[in-house]
Amino acid sequence: MAAQAPALPAVRLTWWIDDPRMRRMLLRLFAGALAVFIGIPLLTLVLWSFAGEWFWPNLIPTQWSLRWWQEVLENPRVTDAMFLSFTIAPVVTALTALVAIPAGYAFARLDVPYRRLLLLLFLIPNAFPRIGLYVSLAVLYYQIGLIDTYWGIVFLHMIGTLVYMTWITTATFRSIDPHLEEAARDAGASPLRAFFSVVMPLALPGIIVASLFSFLASLDEAQGTLIVGTPHYITMPVLLYTLISSFQRPVAAVFSVLLALPSLLLLVVAQRYLHSEYVAAGLGRV
Amino acid sequence: MAEVELRNVSKVYKDTVAVDDVSLHIRDREFVALLGPSGCGKTTTLRMLAGFIRPDGGQILIDGHDVTDLPPERRPTAMVFQSYALWPHMTVADNVAFGLRLRKLARNVVEERTARMLDVVGLPGVTKRYPSQLSGGQQQRVALARALVLGPKILLLDEPLSNLDAKLRVRMRDEIRRIQQELQITTVYVTHDQEEALTMADRIAVMNKGVLQQVGDALDIYDRPATAFVADFIGSSNLLSGTLRVAGASAVAEVGTARVPVDADGLADGTAVTVSARPEDMEVLRAPAADAFALEDARLVNFGAYKRLLGRHPAFGQLEARVPKSFRLDNAPVYVRFTRARAFASDEAPADITDKAARDPARNR
Repeated sequence: MAAQAPALPAVRLTWWIDDPRMRRMLLRLFAGALAVFIGIPLLTLVLWSFAGEWFWPNLIPTQWSLRWWQEVLENPRVTDAMFLSFTIAPVVTALTALVAIPAGYAFARLDVPYRRLLLLLFLIPNAFPRIGLYVSLAVLYYQIGLIDTYWGIVFLHMIGTLVYMTWITTATFRSIDPHLEEAARDAGASPLRAFFSVVMPLALPGIIVASLFSFLASLDEAQGTLIVGTPHYITMPVLLYTLISSFQRPVAAVFSVLLALPSLLLLVVAQRYLHSEYVAAGLGRV
Repeated sequence: MAEVELRNVSKVYKDTVAVDDVSLHIRDREFVALLGPSGCGKTTTLRMLAGFIRPDGGQILIDGHDVTDLPPERRPTAMVFQSYALWPHMTVADNVAFGLRLRKLARNVVEERTARMLDVVGLPGVTKRYPSQLSGGQQQRVALARALVLGPKILLLDEPLSNLDAKLRVRMRDEIRRIQQELQITTVYVTHDQEEALTMADRIAVMNKGVLQQVGDALDIYDRPATAFVADFIGSSNLLSGTLRVAGASAVAEVGTARVPVDADGLADGTAVTVSARPEDMEVLRAPAADAFALEDARLVNFGAYKRLLGRHPAFGQLEARVPKSFRLDNAPVYVRFTRARAFASDEAPADITDKAARDPARNR
């Protein structure tokens, strides 16, 4: 007891950090604020899409109606765009996976020279204003005849999705203990067999999330698609832009809800199979 | 029959020689421990045996067949990893049966062999569980079963007990030895724990800085260390550096002003030597005598079953002697005599020997 530390001050300004009840309350407050911040605009959209009559200062519409939904869904341009969007997104996702999974594995495991530099290279398209990239891509497309084609749009979407998917799969493969793979080799599995029996199943959650990202990113892409796809290839978000400038607000709201639905659906499905942290990462996209 | 031969095997990483010209013959049904401090090249050697690392030089032969260029899946070896490396998405049964299924064996054969092997390792009735639902010791047994179920010629174990607590470690030690004896399987066991090596292995291969220091049974290694490193690494030793003086059949080491009688087989007069003496080879006296040295600042450390007497001598520095647990200092002077000391040529600097953790990457043969 001879060498005692100087007494701590009786009251600290941060006392509440140590109080579990206080901490819990602050956490709830924060979560609540976050929910409001994210939820209110979404809720407004839904309200607008069903609104018959909604004038300021009413908090909710004074009349409800399915008029806008009917108008949108009966428009053949809308159904065409929906069909196109849903034929592009899966193809983009599949092609991206085909490239990104081997690439991610190589970045994670093999001694790729300049690995960091190459990974950064993937990010470069994201570092510049996208519109500049799209315009120069359109110029290239004119020369090689990809402008206003299905595959032109697919490749354009892949510029963005490849980044997500390669980065996520690289991180996923890196998190898998290489000894697990070695153990499979040791038990008699060929390198390919070890990959499909051990590495793939363990990487699947990450790959599914990456695929979700890609699917949703493709579904959402409007700028580039507008530039290289018009006039014949109009996807949902491109049509949405057109609608916003020409129709009333509720129509755009209906459309936004329509666009958000697949995202929500996919995430709900995914949540049943994936760890919550992956889904949280995925939700950022909606 | 399953014997292993390493012929002048080397592995070099950038500027470090991880394994330096190692030759080792492991006999049929023998349990050999590769022992050394971390970074000594023992795990690299084991991984070269398994086929995960390709040697830069030398050959590896199993039963006379050169396997140096064979990938792990084509070698008759099975490895137990330090981290167990159980596949988390497979049940215990699936983990064990994986290799059997790869060999396209009939379903009932796979099931029967899996069950039998889980029995051998003492883990019946957990087949449906996942690795994460098992304790460390149980995971260890599953890893062992997974390696053994394929009937490998050589069993390789990479520090398999280092993730277990002390009590369990001792139990698994005996268990692994029992299973090895039961299956009569040639085994190579990597460890940095000398107690594991001394208690389990038929022969011990001590490595340091990629170089094989000595191969021998526990008694050889402990009683007749071949190098000062082995003397220091196995058990504890008092280490002194001095100059050898040979006169006829007897030899002494001059350490400062003091002279210590030593065994120095074949070393020439005037050689710079490192002298090693075990604490139990120090006789403790209460009165001055010939060849006895007075200890200053003597104190006792209690180890339960015995005590250690620590003290200083101006010529030797810190000395250590093992004394019975009834021994008391009672403020009286104590003297020690070297009853058995060995001299080794000081090809390594003393600092090199004592600082086990320090590694010198530039050192090259």
